[in-house]
Amino acid sequence: MALTRNESAPLFSSDTANTLRLIAYLALAIALMVIDHRNGWLVQVRYFASAAVEPMYRLAALPSRLARSAGDAMSDRARLNTRNAELERELLLAQARLNRLQSVRDQNERLQQLLEAQRSLDLGVQLARIIDVDTDPFRHRVTIDAGARQGVAVGEAVLDAHGVMGQIVEVLPNTSTVMLITDPAHALPVKSERTGLRAIARGNGALDSLELQNVPISADIKPGDMLVTSGLGGHFPAGFPVGTIGSIRNDASGMFAVATVTPSAALDRSGEVLILHNLPDPVGPPAPAPAEGPPAESAPANKAPNP
Amino acid sequence: MNRLRANDWLFWGSIAACYLLQLMPLPQAMLPLKPWWLALVLMYWTLEAPDYVSLGRAFVLGLVGDVFSGDLLGEQALRLCVFCFILLRFRARLRFFPMWQQALAVLALLLNDRIVLLAIRAADGQLVPAASYWLAPFVGMLAWPWVFLLLDDARARLRVRDA
Repeated sequence: MALTRNESAPLFSSDTANTLRLIAYLALAIALMVIDHRNGWLVQVRYFASAAVEPMYRLAALPSRLARSAGDAMSDRARLNTRNAELERELLLAQARLNRLQSVRDQNERLQQLLEAQRSLDLGVQLARIIDVDTDPFRHRVTIDAGARQGVAVGEAVLDAHGVMGQIVEVLPNTSTVMLITDPAHALPVKSERTGLRAIARGNGALDSLELQNVPISADIKPGDMLVTSGLGGHFPAGFPVGTIGSIRNDASGMFAVATVTPSAALDRSGEVLILHNLPDPVGPPAPAPAEGPPAESAPANKAPNP
Repeated sequence: MNRLRANDWLFWGSIAACYLLQLMPLPQAMLPLKPWWLALVLMYWTLEAPDYVSLGRAFVLGLVGDVFSGDLLGEQALRLCVFCFILLRFRARLRFFPMWQQALAVLALLLNDRIVLLAIRAADGQLVPAASYWLAPFVGMLAWPWVFLLLDDARARLRVRDA
């Protein structure tokens, strides 16, 4: 059918670029965006389209995975040797720590059994891989290879060996999308480990820094302070490392200080991450204490085999 | 008939390659340089074989891109519609431009697209992006001659083989 029109005069091609049709399509697109933005039921559409989306993700991630393994194969022997020695040393340290934690965990489990407080052990941690797909360079999101079928749900916290990475924002059957803590749309309640000062860490669009805004000038913070999640707001369990304070300056108004934070998690690397499943919600108003204690204690024990 | 089918394959293959390239991970420093492949390839098809491109198809291809990238549904569809509309309007002139003028036209179109995207994101309530946001159109301009030559060569080969 196309053959007949193939050599037709290009001067009349503006027929296909009818302004009315453009307006109709633009209106349709805008309507879609508004609906998607307002009540997100188009996530459902994406969920069902995922049969096509997921193989595409894996295919797109293939070249970089191949490149990485090729790089591994070609990296020179000396560097591998030093790296090996370094890792062995680290492993030894980690092993020692792990053994200690193991005994602590055993003890903890015995005590928990004594108290018959099994509920608090329901904290589930799941390992997932980043499948190297970046869907938009100006939003900080990564795709991981665990989804609804693996029990992942929207809002769950994602950690790596060093600290908090982000949270799940979208779940497909076998993959899900993680919004990193450095995404400009992300905010994370933190507290200073040294002083207990509470603050909100916002992403500022750079992959290697966060910002604490509206910190009182008189507040006791200084460069080098460690920040951990405060557990307020309910999305992230308390006590996981977020980052260290790099520099502090006054904000534009001069009324508050702004601190720059270097995230502890290796956000620009790819590899394994831990998804922290939500604790089962108790019925009625929750008792604050048990929801806060156990994650900090049992997570390192689960986390340790990772490196 | 056969040639038509070969061309169809090339068209859909190039579109699929665009989606893959769009999703392909790159080192952090190179991310802002990633050009909008889909627009470049659609531009080739608009100029050389306009039977393949219409506003409706641009809209649908944009929607598919949105599903892949997981951003706001309709965002790429709108941008691609605007892109293709301008392209279809000026096709008769753009077609006979020398390559460097075409590349400049690509730059203008892609910069226009960045402004459209900026408007969409501002309506969505997002921050003003970094300066590197404006780099991608320039990379697109540099990539255009190669996209054009590659697709043109592939099409010419198919034609010779089928003849």
